[in-house]
Amino acid sequence: MRSAWTAASIVALAAVVPGVASAHLMVSGMGPLYDGIDHFGLTPQDLLPVAALGLLAGLRGPPTARLLLGVLPAGWLIGGAVALAGAVPAAPVLAWATAGLFMLVGGLLAADLRAPRAAFGLVAAALGLLRGVADLAGAAPGTGAALSLLGMAASVFVVFALAASVTLPLTRLWTIVAARVAGSWLAAAGLLLAGWILRYGARVAS
Amino acid sequence: MNTTGRDASVSRRRGFAVGAGVTAVATPLVAGAHIVKGEAIGFVTGFLHPLSGLDHVVAMLAVGLWGAQLGRPAIWLLPVTFPLVMAFGGFLGLIGASLPGSEIAIALSGLCLGAAVLAALRPPLPVAAAMVGLFGLFHGYAHGAELPPGQNALLYSLGFVLATGLLHATGITLGLVHRWPWGRVVVRTAGGTIAAAGGWFLWEALASR
Repeated sequence: MRSAWTAASIVALAAVVPGVASAHLMVSGMGPLYDGIDHFGLTPQDLLPVAALGLLAGLRGPPTARLLLGVLPAGWLIGGAVALAGAVPAAPVLAWATAGLFMLVGGLLAADLRAPRAAFGLVAAALGLLRGVADLAGAAPGTGAALSLLGMAASVFVVFALAASVTLPLTRLWTIVAARVAGSWLAAAGLLLAGWILRYGARVAS
Repeated sequence: MNTTGRDASVSRRRGFAVGAGVTAVATPLVAGAHIVKGEAIGFVTGFLHPLSGLDHVVAMLAVGLWGAQLGRPAIWLLPVTFPLVMAFGGFLGLIGASLPGSEIAIALSGLCLGAAVLAALRPPLPVAAAMVGLFGLFHGYAHGAELPPGQNALLYSLGFVLATGLLHATGITLGLVHRWPWGRVVVRTAGGTIAAAGGWFLWEALASR
């Protein structure tokens, strides 16, 4: 009888879980704050570079991770506010910025680069600003948009902290290599994305 | 109903329930009526692309096997650098750059990498990296040149890179049996099989010219 319940649960779950990611679904039904959280979680352009930067910051140690933990969400909030004020770059600029950030953050992680803390701070600020602008581009200014932006920034904070906490304690070679391989995959995807943009235009990077 | 009959009934119901569960999970939830064959729809089509050609698959596996044979630092250097080199080849293919003889180079990659595993070759690391990188460039180029216009390039690219990386990881994992004497024989036999497959692909590539 228990197995029948288990199977029935599987059927119910399979029926409920959507087959496609709704990355651009901005209305969750739970309010604008959760819409922002949903948007961040379902947008690989946002989620992956933040996670990769978190892994890199963890590899560089607690002082770097703490700095970026503040800079990245702050950049996101500023970028979103800039977009809500109407200063949004053209779509090709945002598309190239996305590809470039994938290559930059992924490349830094793949190389396990050691650089001054301020350099990582600049990368985090650039990532936050650009993705904040991209996420809020086209959104109507108002309390709803501001709350969505707040939800996104909170998600950035949490995901970054979680990713950094994964790599902070790593000492074994193979675990560090696994993080670096993830970085090389991200950079490779960015490079391919750049090729797509050159061949088919910025619309494919949306 | 006696005990045996009840057991049979429970077993039948359990089988039916499990079958229904498996069917529900395996059945796609979205209608595929508007998916055009050959179009880069997203993650799944990108993920399946590197798995669609046996010549690509055996070469990727050979890279992993060879990395495992060579040990450190090749075992971790190759999986970090290969996706980047291959993506650069894909980039060249996407922008329409000319890289002649790619089909022959791809067939040669299976032959040469398989032979390297068979012979348990241990060249200096830069030589091994250059050889793997060169072949990776051609594999990436071939993939990039044949990519169709799509709707979500990022998801497609992520699927593509992930599948390639997982093929390497599979090769490396299989190659870990290299630490045992019987494992070395198995790995070298696998290398010989890949080399033979590469020879066949080369024959086909030359015959089609």
